[in-house]
Amino acid sequence: MSTAETEYLQAKADQEYEHGWTTDIESDTVEPGLDEETVRLISAKKDEPEWLLEWRLKAYRYFDRLTDERDFYPDWAHLDYDEPDFQNMSYYSAPKEKAQYDSMDEVPQELLDTFERLGIPLEEQKALTGVAVDAVMDSVSVATTFQEKLEEAGVLFMSFGEAVQEHPDLVRENMGSVVPYTDNLYAALNSAVFSDGSFVYVPEGVTCPMELSTYFRINEQGTGQFERTLIVAEEGSYVSYMEGCTAPMRKENQLHAAVVEIIAEEDAEVKYSTIQNWYPGNPETGEGGVFNLVTKRGICKGDRAKISWTQLETGSAVTQKYPSVILKGDDSVGEFYSVAFTKGHQQADTGTKMTHIGENTKSTIISKGISAGVAENSYRGLVKINEGAENARNFSQCDSLLIGEECGAHTFPYIEVGNPSAKVEHEATTSKVGEDQMFYCHQRGLGEEEALKLIVNGFCKEILAELPMEFAVEAKELLAIELEGSVG
Amino acid sequence: MPLLEIEDLHIGIEDTEILRGVDLNADGGEVHAIMGPNGSGKSTLAKVLAGREEYEVTQGSVHYDGEDLLEMEAEERAQEGVFMAFQYPVELPGVSQQNFLKESVNAVREAQGKEELGAADFIKMVREKSDLVDLDEALTKRSVNEGFSGGEKKRNEIFHLAMLEPRLAILDETDSGLDIDALRIVADGVNQLRDSDRAFVIITHYQRLLNYIEPDYVHAMVDGQIAKTGDKSLAVELEERGYEWLSGDGVAESKASEGNASENGAATEPEEAAVA
Repeated sequence: MSTAETEYLQAKADQEYEHGWTTDIESDTVEPGLDEETVRLISAKKDEPEWLLEWRLKAYRYFDRLTDERDFYPDWAHLDYDEPDFQNMSYYSAPKEKAQYDSMDEVPQELLDTFERLGIPLEEQKALTGVAVDAVMDSVSVATTFQEKLEEAGVLFMSFGEAVQEHPDLVRENMGSVVPYTDNLYAALNSAVFSDGSFVYVPEGVTCPMELSTYFRINEQGTGQFERTLIVAEEGSYVSYMEGCTAPMRKENQLHAAVVEIIAEEDAEVKYSTIQNWYPGNPETGEGGVFNLVTKRGICKGDRAKISWTQLETGSAVTQKYPSVILKGDDSVGEFYSVAFTKGHQQADTGTKMTHIGENTKSTIISKGISAGVAENSYRGLVKINEGAENARNFSQCDSLLIGEECGAHTFPYIEVGNPSAKVEHEATTSKVGEDQMFYCHQRGLGEEEALKLIVNGFCKEILAELPMEFAVEAKELLAIELEGSVG
Repeated sequence: MPLLEIEDLHIGIEDTEILRGVDLNADGGEVHAIMGPNGSGKSTLAKVLAGREEYEVTQGSVHYDGEDLLEMEAEERAQEGVFMAFQYPVELPGVSQQNFLKESVNAVREAQGKEELGAADFIKMVREKSDLVDLDEALTKRSVNEGFSGGEKKRNEIFHLAMLEPRLAILDETDSGLDIDALRIVADGVNQLRDSDRAFVIITHYQRLLNYIEPDYVHAMVDGQIAKTGDKSLAVELEERGYEWLSGDGVAESKASEGNASENGAATEPEEAAVA
């Protein structure tokens, strides 16, 4: 890129993270540190049944055993960061006044203002039509809108904590069935200390009448956020779920280690969309920012079930996540559509795992990585065709776009085929936003920003098209804001 | 005051001088053709006028509508009505022509103090202008130049020209690589866009384009200078006689002959490199 463009982009790099403010609200935060007592304390605060405490403790013990081992830390990804100090963070923080609000009237104004400022109005009359929102601040679900309307349709959408109280059997039967606590270090940690999250249950034959959305906000200093999401879609049902997230600017790193589990029965379809915009750290120094280390997995349990993950990852200092699908039912379908945008000192190692077990199962992977500044962006994906998966099909496409000279893009595809009838296709491209492209845009009257926006939006078009309409607008705006700060 | 006024323009890239004192005036309503052999500097002139940054202006000036053109950013020039049809139009994957042109047309309109064009008016304009240059309407809905044939790309440039309604239109070897039918269509489009307020600077290698677009002036460019200016008959003469008779014509000063030939050769490479 020419000097003028580089200078321009460099100047833009100073632009601040938009959501970097904190809310001044008193909270109930437990002391930093992690042992069995911490786990008991969290469980007690949430007034949990005995079985759940036992489950947490098993997970904690597993985590504890892991951390006793040498080289326990999963550092195989193309990422470079200091592992978090698990004893030096707080595992529970809740707005002080009341841990659970029975109605919107009880929610403190500061909290409502917080979400309003993020563009997430919780008062139903102001809320986006057709989107029910569950708002989670630090560890606690603040409010869930449109619950009555959903109940009429038989859809359960509530905080995880409420679900434990009101529908313990559903939770007990399904939690940990897709992501067991032994899955990995962070799944174990989450299972031990998770504080809240969202729960969705769509009964047989029901098409959820609106988009469901959870909005996560880390506010308190020195806390980790560990939420769990569980979505159960019964036979022939449909639900589209979206999650968004932001955090204040902090000098230290904050840990976000979530677990998401999806269960889709026969002919059910679940569409899960994420806009991840955690604080990415200081763009100049790389100081601070969220470590986003997340386990997401869905299972197409029944025949013809379909799970599709769409993600726009623009935030976090470090992102490591591989939303996956186990294609167990015959003719089931798994999809993964991703845009990962890293700039400044951000690093991302993200992709998916598609495990084909049933016959005629199909998976599609389209991943778009964009890097600017000195950022590193990797796609890592596994396509596994089991022996019994007759006529399995996979198509993978991984495209990388580089803005400037100092960033990196990497592709690590893993393919394991155990059945000769499988058809697996993989395509990968890397391109640079070229001087010629920029000049062409300038010659048509477009400035730096408009030109980059057009080029990047063009690059991501297929993915943005997968997002629900309410999210697509937000996604485009977010990409535009991100581009304002991208360095050449 | 002419719309475009180029005075004693010297342009270099790295240590090589490509333009060595170019003078040219063009006014609204006029069509100027610049012809010349490879490496004579004609494409460089086009790119410098459009605002490409890697060239260094070592001497001289360019005024557009009385303003110092060389001081303006490329997008500013475009917004003020300078348009260049590219010799090699650039592909923008995933960027729809409609989006691209809507932003483009409105950036130009905004700079000129006009109201933003609404969606309905825009669509209408796309239809009219694509008809004018005989561009398949389906191409107006695709990504910019992506997967277009060579001829389609060139025609698309003329479509952009029609959409942006510039005051100064520079065509950089738009005829190269076109078969005779495509050439005729492009020329037809240009002829329809001729206007008493609009100046054309048409850069071409061959005289054949000028059979379809009748120029008011033909300039022969040799060794980074305009060696001769005439009317359309000069184009025919150049086609017949080539350019060699011009290089020793005292235009390139006395030391022309041998020393010049090698400089000429040296100048070829950077230009080709910049174009590639």
